[in-house]
Amino acid sequence: MHELALCEGILQALEEQAKIRHFARVHAVWLEIGVLSSVEPEALRFNFDVITHGTLAEGSRLEIVTVPAQAWCLPCGGKISIQQYFDACPQCGSHQLQIVEGEELRIQQLEVE
Amino acid sequence: MMCTVCGCGGGEAKIEGHDHHEDNGQHRHGDEALPAHVHAPGMEGRRMVQIEQDILAKNQRHADANRRYLAEQGIFALNLVSSPGSGKTTLLVRTVEALRHRLPVAVIEGDQQTGRDAERIRATGVPALQINTGKGCHLDAHMVGHGLEQMQPLAGGVLFIENVGNLVCPSAFDLGEAHKVVVLSVTEGEDKPLKYPDMFHAADLMLLNKIDLLPYLEFDVHACIDYARRINPKLAVLQVSATRGDGMAAWLDWIEKGAGLARHDRDKVLWERKAALEQELAVLQSRLGDAN
Repeated sequence: MHELALCEGILQALEEQAKIRHFARVHAVWLEIGVLSSVEPEALRFNFDVITHGTLAEGSRLEIVTVPAQAWCLPCGGKISIQQYFDACPQCGSHQLQIVEGEELRIQQLEVE
Repeated sequence: MMCTVCGCGGGEAKIEGHDHHEDNGQHRHGDEALPAHVHAPGMEGRRMVQIEQDILAKNQRHADANRRYLAEQGIFALNLVSSPGSGKTTLLVRTVEALRHRLPVAVIEGDQQTGRDAERIRATGVPALQINTGKGCHLDAHMVGHGLEQMQPLAGGVLFIENVGNLVCPSAFDLGEAHKVVVLSVTEGEDKPLKYPDMFHAADLMLLNKIDLLPYLEFDVHACIDYARRINPKLAVLQVSATRGDGMAAWLDWIEKGAGLARHDRDKVLWERKAALEQELAVLQSRLGDAN
C-alpha cells in the first residue's frame, strides 16, 4: 500500500534519532510489522532502498520481524490467533473481536555507528 | 520473540533502553548465542540503539493536534474514504447543499491532481480547499493541519475531508477526524469489505451508495453488510442514493447529531484547557516566586 510514505516516515525517524543519539551511519533497521498492517515486505524493502539512497542509511539492512495477530473474543473471552480482520473466533464463531496484536508498524532498534 | 540485540555477554556493545527487554521475561542473559553482527570483525564502533517508535508517530502527532483544534472549535470532522468512482463527490455536493443553511459547512478535497472537486463544492456556495497529493495516495494529518490553518472553518460546524479515492492507504492515516466514513457503491462488488478489510475496520459508518441502481444489478445488500460487519461488528450502515435522495435524511440526521455533540463537548474541552493553563501558570508563578 503506502510503503513509500512509510519509508519516508522511517527515514525521518532515523534522522531525528541520529541527532539525539549521536550517530552518523545506520547499518541495520529492525521493524516490527503486524500481519494486519497490510504492509507488503518486498515493497517496503524496495522503497526503503530507494528512499535511503544518498542518506545516512544508504545500503543499510532492513530486518522485518512479523508480528502475528491476536485478539480477545468478546463473547467467549478467549484469546485467539487470527490471520485476517474477518476471521471468526475458532471457539465460538463470533466476529466481535478486540485486536490486541498484529497492527504494529514500529521501528524496534537500529545498528548504528 | 527472541531478542536479537543482545551484545550483553561480553559487555562490548552498549545498548540503550535494554531494560525494556529484560522486563518482558523473554530475555535470558549469557546462555544464548550472540548475534554474529555484534562480534564480526571490522565492526567496532557499531552499536545497537533501541528506539521502539511507531513509523507513523509523526502523522499521529499532527493528527492529535488537528483533533485538539477541532474539539476546541466544536467542529465535527468526517474523513470520507472510498474507491474511485463510488460517487463520493456527488454525495458530498448533495450533502453540503442540504446542510449549508442549517450549519456552517467546509470541505477539504484531496486528489492526486486537479482542483475540479473543490470547484464542484464551491459551486454550491460552501468554502472548499483542494489539496493535491501529487504522487501521494492518501491525505496525511500534516497536509490537513495546513488546510485547517488556511481555511479556518467556522466554529460549531461540520468539516468534510474527502480523501483520495483509494480503499487501501487512507485507512492507516489518522487525520484527526471524529469518524472515518466509508462510501461503497452497489456498482462495486459486494465482497469489497473482505477484499479491502482495513478500511472497513477503520471506519465507523458505511454509506452504501447508488441504491437506486439495485434493480439493474446483482448486488446482494445483505451479504455486503454481513461481510462488512464480520470485519467490524460495530460498523453503522446507511443505504443511500445521492442522485435520487433515498436515505439522505438519515445521513443528514447522523451528521447533525454528531455536530450537536461536538458543539456540546466544546465547552468541556475549553474548560479543561483553561484548567491546564491555570495549573501551568501557577507552576510558573511559584518558580518566579522562588527565583525572587
